[in-house]
Amino acid sequence: MAYVETSGAMACPGCLVAQLANDPITGKTAGANETTHLALPSAHCATCIQTVERGLLTLPGVAEARVNLSLRRVRVRHDPTVSAEQMIAHLATHGFEALPLDMVALSGTENDRQSRELLMRLGIAFFAMMNIMLLSVAVWSGATGVTRDMFHLLSGAIALPTVAFAGQPFFKSAYGALRAGRLGMDVPISLALILASSISVYETFHSGEKAYFDAAVMLTFFLLGGRYLDFRTRAVARSAAQELTALEVPRATRITGTGTGTGTGTGEEIISVSALRVGDLVRLRPGGRIPVDGVVISGVTEIDRALITGESLPVWAGPDSTVAAGEVNLTGTLVVRVTAAGRDTSLRRMADLVAIAEETRNRYTSLADRAARIYSPLVHILSFASFGVWMVLTDGDLRTAINISAAVLIITCPCALGLAVPAVVTAASGKLFRAGLLIKSGTALERLAEVDTVVFDKTGTLTLGFPQPTNTKTLTPEQRALIAALAAGSSHPLAQGLRNLADPAALDDLTEVAGQGISARWNGQQVRLGRAEWVGAALGQQTATWLRVADDPPVEITFTDQLRPGAKVLVQGLLDQGYDVHLVSGDVPAVVQDMAERLNIPHWQAQVLPAQKAEFVTGLAELGRRVLMVGDGLNDTGALAAASVSISPASALDAARVASDIVLMGRDIAPIAAALRIAKQARRRITENFAISGLYNIVAVPLAMVGLATPLLAALAMSLSSVTVSLNALRLK
Amino acid sequence: MDILVLLIPVSLGLGSLGLLAFLWTLKNRQYEDPAGDAARILNDTYDKSPGPARASKDEI
Repeated sequence: MAYVETSGAMACPGCLVAQLANDPITGKTAGANETTHLALPSAHCATCIQTVERGLLTLPGVAEARVNLSLRRVRVRHDPTVSAEQMIAHLATHGFEALPLDMVALSGTENDRQSRELLMRLGIAFFAMMNIMLLSVAVWSGATGVTRDMFHLLSGAIALPTVAFAGQPFFKSAYGALRAGRLGMDVPISLALILASSISVYETFHSGEKAYFDAAVMLTFFLLGGRYLDFRTRAVARSAAQELTALEVPRATRITGTGTGTGTGTGEEIISVSALRVGDLVRLRPGGRIPVDGVVISGVTEIDRALITGESLPVWAGPDSTVAAGEVNLTGTLVVRVTAAGRDTSLRRMADLVAIAEETRNRYTSLADRAARIYSPLVHILSFASFGVWMVLTDGDLRTAINISAAVLIITCPCALGLAVPAVVTAASGKLFRAGLLIKSGTALERLAEVDTVVFDKTGTLTLGFPQPTNTKTLTPEQRALIAALAAGSSHPLAQGLRNLADPAALDDLTEVAGQGISARWNGQQVRLGRAEWVGAALGQQTATWLRVADDPPVEITFTDQLRPGAKVLVQGLLDQGYDVHLVSGDVPAVVQDMAERLNIPHWQAQVLPAQKAEFVTGLAELGRRVLMVGDGLNDTGALAAASVSISPASALDAARVASDIVLMGRDIAPIAAALRIAKQARRRITENFAISGLYNIVAVPLAMVGLATPLLAALAMSLSSVTVSLNALRLK
Repeated sequence: MDILVLLIPVSLGLGSLGLLAFLWTLKNRQYEDPAGDAARILNDTYDKSPGPARASKDEI
């Protein structure tokens, strides 16, 4: 179980350890064996396994590391002195991006159990199918009399328990569908299985020629195969996407005493966020995500609102400023009076909006549903019609009539239909997984294939959210060394972009002035790096920080947000393929326009509120557009849910990831183009597969209805169509 | 035709042997990381605890 840390982690790893050792909330004393799961989106080869495992083992406190390459994760057993953050940082030095996974042990093992159960049924069905086939070949090649009866008897002895056991998933779901008054795909399947088995038993005991035991078992096997593929794809995606937890704050520091100063020492306790009440005072340390909505009582800082509003530049906050849950406190310690906690925070309210928007999306009918809707009644009608007609033709020969209607059911049974979608989806999501994309929803691929408009968010989506300096070339070497040295003293995003500018100069008295900047002494002079007002410069248009040495005129360092790798290629590729590309951001117009021009995006909008973003997407949808929304922030969640399909990067806020259908695991955004291409291809393959299985039915059903169907024909039609469909799915490039 | 009395039980017996072997591998969790197992064989270090079985027992 991953224990992913709270607000204080980045400020003080030591506190974290102390906290872990005796967790005040659960009262659980951490044992020497913690297990942490990390996602490793970039692991792909034998060397990666070795590098990651050996790399982690060099960390003191790590007892065991085991990479699962299929799921792209690593399970680490360690003692409580190592945190997930340390492991992630360590893996980063080895060139591997890692993300913490919160394995709610229950859901992980539950999925695991179901998947193994399906695989076991599949194995048993395969064994039975092969053995019955062996016996059936003898019957097909002309065994007669006692030999045939004995072979039928043996087949029945194998087939009946197999169908009863391996067919359970179909029976259960058919029962559920019937109770709800629907005819799903599983009703004709179950009917065919039961009818084929019982008619064959009857035939066997009356020395009949045709027994469909082989067909019944083969049907079970192929359909279970489809079911298993379907389950696996969904389980992998579901677990990986849902268990990816950002560093959300599950707890907060409440001030219990009367002291409201920003110093530590007054009475305070660490409690779960859900226990906070309106009016409580909460202390927020730098580097942590804000857990509640509130008003600042004391302290000054800068607040990063990128995920909430899309503003790329941090804003200043001091007494009486309001802060909202989900924002990140950057530089100073704050004491905040809670105005809304838990369910009432703006964060949660926005998440509720998402739930409403998602309902519309759930109404999407997938190709498989549409096929089942046509197919299911058709099978029953055909089967009952042939039963009726043959009853009349043979003057009430029940045996012949039932035999023929069973043959019709077996032949029309959707072996290929059951495989048509899962085989393609498995192949496609495997391809996408290798490209670093996780599909969370079963129908996402189909919806992605219909997209004609792509809407991007800016901050954190097209950009990485790490500002990079633009005018460093105009600085003197001395200035650069000073800047690098000053920047090392702050965790502010602008400062982090400046750290590696040059070898840092030697400074004394390095202090961070919360919400303003960093000051220090250099050769007896005061040097300052920070906000324009603070160093005494005029506020410019661009994102900038200022350096001032003693009383010299201040020097401006301008910033631009660094583009996400692949952004340029992706946008150009989309435009070339004729997609309509939009950029919609909550940031200021100058920055958004600059970004749109850099990337060649024709349509852009700035300072868009979250609700307006969702409206914009809904508006496009009303014009008949199929919109793909790519976004990461809380301000995007409404739009992500409103779009017909949505993608968010793994760095996105929880709410955004939950609202989107596909999660982009790596930093590179270019795989989205591949996703669109693969989705289109997958959709074509699915349609082709339906056509193939339809074709087999058109040939075989008339034969069955006129009574020419033999068990051999049924077996051939079934296996040939299933194999063709699977092969067609594998053609996906 | 008498040979059938021998051959059919033999073929069924061999088949069930295969089935049992499959069920054993399943129980032993050998299908959890097919890609990893395929890659690990290329590593020249000795794998002291192959398969995820041992470590994940306590998680269930």
